Amino acid sequence: MAWLTGHLTVLVFWAFAGVAIVSAAMCVTRRNPVASALWLVVTLFQLAGLFVVLDAQFLAVLQVLVYAGAIMVLFLFVIMLLNLGQGGPHDFKGVIGLGVGAVLAVLLLLQLSVLRHLEPPAAIALPPGTMAAQQAHDGLVGTVARPLFDAYLVPFEITSLLLLAAIVGAVVLAMRKL
Amino acid sequence: MTLDVSNYPQLLTALLPELVLSAWALILLLVVAWRHGTARDLRLAGWLTLVALATAAGAAWWLWWQSAHAAGISTMIAVDDFRFVADWIFLGGALLTVLFSMRYLEREGLLAPEYYVLLVFATIGMMLMGGGEDLMVIFLGLELMSICLYALAGFNRRSPRAAEAGLKYFLLGAFASAFLLYGIALVYGATGTTNLSLIGVQVVSLELQHAPLLLLGVALLLIGFGFKVAAVPFHMWAPDVYDGSPTPVAGYMATAVKAAAFAALFRVVGEAFGPVGAWREIVAGLAITTMVAGNLIALAQRSLKRMLAYSSVAHAGYLLVAVATGVAAGSAAFVFYLVAYSLTTLAAFALLAAKGRGGESDVQIDDLAGLAAQRPWLAFALSVCMLSLLGFPGTAGFIGKWYILVAAMSTGQGWLAALLVLTSVVSAGYYLPVVMAMYMQPAVSTEAHAEVCLDGFGRVAMAVAVAGLLFFGVAPNRLLDLSKTSATVQRGAAAGAIAAPTFSPGH
Repeated sequence: MAWLTGHLTVLVFWAFAGVAIVSAAMCVTRRNPVASALWLVVTLFQLAGLFVVLDAQFLAVLQVLVYAGAIMVLFLFVIMLLNLGQGGPHDFKGVIGLGVGAVLAVLLLLQLSVLRHLEPPAAIALPPGTMAAQQAHDGLVGTVARPLFDAYLVPFEITSLLLLAAIVGAVVLAMRKL
Repeated sequence: MTLDVSNYPQLLTALLPELVLSAWALILLLVVAWRHGTARDLRLAGWLTLVALATAAGAAWWLWWQSAHAAGISTMIAVDDFRFVADWIFLGGALLTVLFSMRYLEREGLLAPEYYVLLVFATIGMMLMGGGEDLMVIFLGLELMSICLYALAGFNRRSPRAAEAGLKYFLLGAFASAFLLYGIALVYGATGTTNLSLIGVQVVSLELQHAPLLLLGVALLLIGFGFKVAAVPFHMWAPDVYDGSPTPVAGYMATAVKAAAFAALFRVVGEAFGPVGAWREIVAGLAITTMVAGNLIALAQRSLKRMLAYSSVAHAGYLLVAVATGVAAGSAAFVFYLVAYSLTTLAAFALLAAKGRGGESDVQIDDLAGLAAQRPWLAFALSVCMLSLLGFPGTAGFIGKWYILVAAMSTGQGWLAALLVLTSVVSAGYYLPVVMAMYMQPAVSTEAHAEVCLDGFGRVAMAVAVAGLLFFGVAPNRLLDLSKTSATVQRGAAAGAIAAPTFSPGH
């Protein structure tokens, strides 16, 4: 029992990570776009679980609300409106597609294996417990909100311009009669 | 005037040009919401845009005139002359684009005043890229600019070529943004900050010059910027996108957009990665492939629009030479060349728009035969543009190339300088046929160029551009002084950031 409580975090991590990897693989291999999108929802839920393991509960809630909720519903709407429900032709056409995919996968594995052995420089690594102390001081939401409206105010406001410009662009391309 | 950007009123002062332009963008959007559909509304939006760009340029001038600078290390937005001069280049490019667009939009039946709104938003994005002191601001500025340009590229929805251009630009642009973002993430992982000056400090104090994480991040950042400036081998999108876009937009993409990406690249490598030597070799390698491939492929083009597209790729190579020489030697040459190149290329695209109909993709170089006899002023203007792009003495293009050569020689990169001269000689093979066609070949018929003309706005803009090219070609001192002061201030900012940063997670 002592062993279990000591390793509970690791077990929870592997459970969420394993399901996340399997569902991500299912997402890219399904031929039906609706099935793909639903598998992506599963992946996003697992990521939310991983955020909780990292002491970022507020981020986990946001992940579910924004990504798994709003954005994925939008995805499904678009897929259904475009009438892409039935399976299309297979994506990996011939040897070239598979070859490129394999090369990219090997590159990613190499990169991960190198990064695995890298320690962040001690000067920039956060001491253990920093996040917990921060959250005790500012609250879960405050830990995210304070930097967002203080140190990162300028990027935050630029994002509002970005969204407005994207809306104008979409309306111009989609609704305008020429 | 010293501005402490951690204090809100002073932060707003530092952001004045961007704020003015954003306010105008919202006003313009409201006007457009009620007044859209007729040619008259389109002209009204065009006039408002001209006023907006002029007031934003005035705000940038006011800050420059007050010699505004940041107190200590500036966060998020830089306050230095490099930013103000870069702002003028973007705003000037946008101003000329609006002048050239006025008649073009009516002629092509693109009666949608949202065109100007997107143009203004894109310009705000550029200003944030050129002035961003933080990788996040630079990235958001880049996205703001790019999203507007995706819509502008596909603006003519009746043309399948425009749809192709918009989609191609969107897909490759998103691809490039992913590279950039991944690079930023790795740099953050290695240094613990996204502030450019602080990255520079961290690289030295933590001795990260050869850290694999940082080098990988720098390489990915350079690939992302390589896509945006259309450096070979990341240039594949440029000719097709320029070809399908409305011609004034293509001119805008080839000048202001490229200038913004270069300004951001210059600031990033200068302030953040100065101590990391590796970027210099990568940029020099990109410069070589871009100069050689851009010029050789341009030789084979018969369509004027595609030739100008590959010419803009080749010029990205010359600008990369200036970047490779570094902040200390190259920034004055860099700013000067950017101005000369932007003026020339915008004017050339505007002349192409005056000649062509229905997207201009079909104007061949031979179609210009005999233009000089029937439209002497337009032929003269186009000749000046071609000679300036070639780097002929007496034009601004020559002075710009000259200073890049001097900078490359002074840093011991003589082989880059030699290659620049050799490829410029090759470029005569596609610039001079345009001049020869206009002056030495007879026109096909007396009516061949009857429809070729610019409206009043276009004429004014063309006169300004050509006069500027000739003036800076003969008397470059004033512009050069401006380039030099902007360079010294930027260098001072990079050198002044010596205080060791205290890393605080989220305050």
